[in-house]
Amino acid sequence: MTILMQAPLPLAEPITRASTRAFVDEHISPHADTYDRAGAIPEELLEQIGDAGLWAPFLPQAVGGAGLDLVTLGEVHEEVGRGCSSVRSLLTVHTMAAWTVQRWGSAEQLAHWGPELASGRTLGAFCLSEPGAGSDTSNLATTAVARGSGWLLNGVKTWTTGGQRADLFLVFARTASSIVALLVPRDTPGVSVRPIHDMLGTRASMLAEITFTDVLLGREAQLGPSAFASGMVLTGTLDLGRYSVATGSVGILQACLDACVGYTSRRKVGGSPLRDLPLIQAKISDMVTDVRAARMLVAEAGRLKDAGDASTIMATWVAKYFASTAAARHAAEAVQVHGANGCSPDYPVARYYRDAKVMEIIEGSNEIQRMTIAGEAYRGWAA
Amino acid sequence: MSEMVSTQILSFIQGRFPQAQIGETDDIFACGYINSLFAMELVMFLEKTFEFMIPNDELSIDNFRTVSAMTALVGRQRRGVTVG
Repeated sequence: MTILMQAPLPLAEPITRASTRAFVDEHISPHADTYDRAGAIPEELLEQIGDAGLWAPFLPQAVGGAGLDLVTLGEVHEEVGRGCSSVRSLLTVHTMAAWTVQRWGSAEQLAHWGPELASGRTLGAFCLSEPGAGSDTSNLATTAVARGSGWLLNGVKTWTTGGQRADLFLVFARTASSIVALLVPRDTPGVSVRPIHDMLGTRASMLAEITFTDVLLGREAQLGPSAFASGMVLTGTLDLGRYSVATGSVGILQACLDACVGYTSRRKVGGSPLRDLPLIQAKISDMVTDVRAARMLVAEAGRLKDAGDASTIMATWVAKYFASTAAARHAAEAVQVHGANGCSPDYPVARYYRDAKVMEIIEGSNEIQRMTIAGEAYRGWAA
Repeated sequence: MSEMVSTQILSFIQGRFPQAQIGETDDIFACGYINSLFAMELVMFLEKTFEFMIPNDELSIDNFRTVSAMTALVGRQRRGVTVG
């Protein structure tokens, strides 16, 4: 394996919520509707995100990251989600790949991929869902067969966020006895990418179906252990993805609130601004309350992650469930508040509405979330 | 020292499953308590409580099958940290 140590220069300014907000307001928010209509994020923005150090700032400084804590990472993803859920989705899957390399990779894998992922020179994507199995890992059809010291990979993954653009796929496949996580560079022979267009929401997140046909991988492709512990690799990866989606949902909530406060202050009915109407005030007050509550739940999950506390996993389920459902509920209200304007392409709330629906489905659907949360409530009680 | 480690591990498992009757040598997999969520929580608990990172080559099922096995794992890692 060639070991790269081309870590970028340290950033001049620390990454914070405030610095990210300024970046988003300048580079993302003004163009998010254009991205949505185009169904893609321009290369220029991907490079700017790299220049700002936002792709994987939690990675160690030794490989070009900023060693950022996960509470602040959550704030970064919230701010990006406030501007554009498609961009945040790309950050989410890149984060999942980069975190998994950091947490489960060998020193050689981290040295090889760390600088690439930290800088965004290599963009990562997460391949779990399949056409026949969704994200049900017990029915994965993609197989990894031991071949020499490596693996032979065959199968199809779908709904791969960023798949159209990603350079490195984190693939979960079934082995003879368990599942295994594999790092598969896009240019490996046997990898083909079919773009998926015209989704309901996060339309610029460049989804793709990825087909692996007799893809021969060396031993260095395996990420983390197989067998017993491989489930933990997936659990940990999904946990971080769920955390990012929760933060992105808070971002949608904040965007809905900002849009509605601005619109109802300008828009007049019968000579008075909409903001004077009690029913509008009720909607605004519910948005304010829910965005604060969701942000606190996310922050709690982040603090527990930073502390290495095992209860972060359930805290993240709860945060994601609350934030995603609140985002969907208030995005619908935001469209309602905007009336016919809210249904038009002239206002961003229609995009928030479509994007928010996606948040209730990805990284654990609402139904799975509720089953898991309820299961936790009953865990201490004998059946 | 190992008694304290065992007690802490047992306490964590029983805290998660108060109805469980588990001894130090009982196979917790055979008891049906383990899923990938709890396995991850268990690893995080061990790493945080005993302040080490479990290397990939120690993540075998036999090292987590019983409280005794996990206690031995903690002991090995602590010695490794001291020596290293």
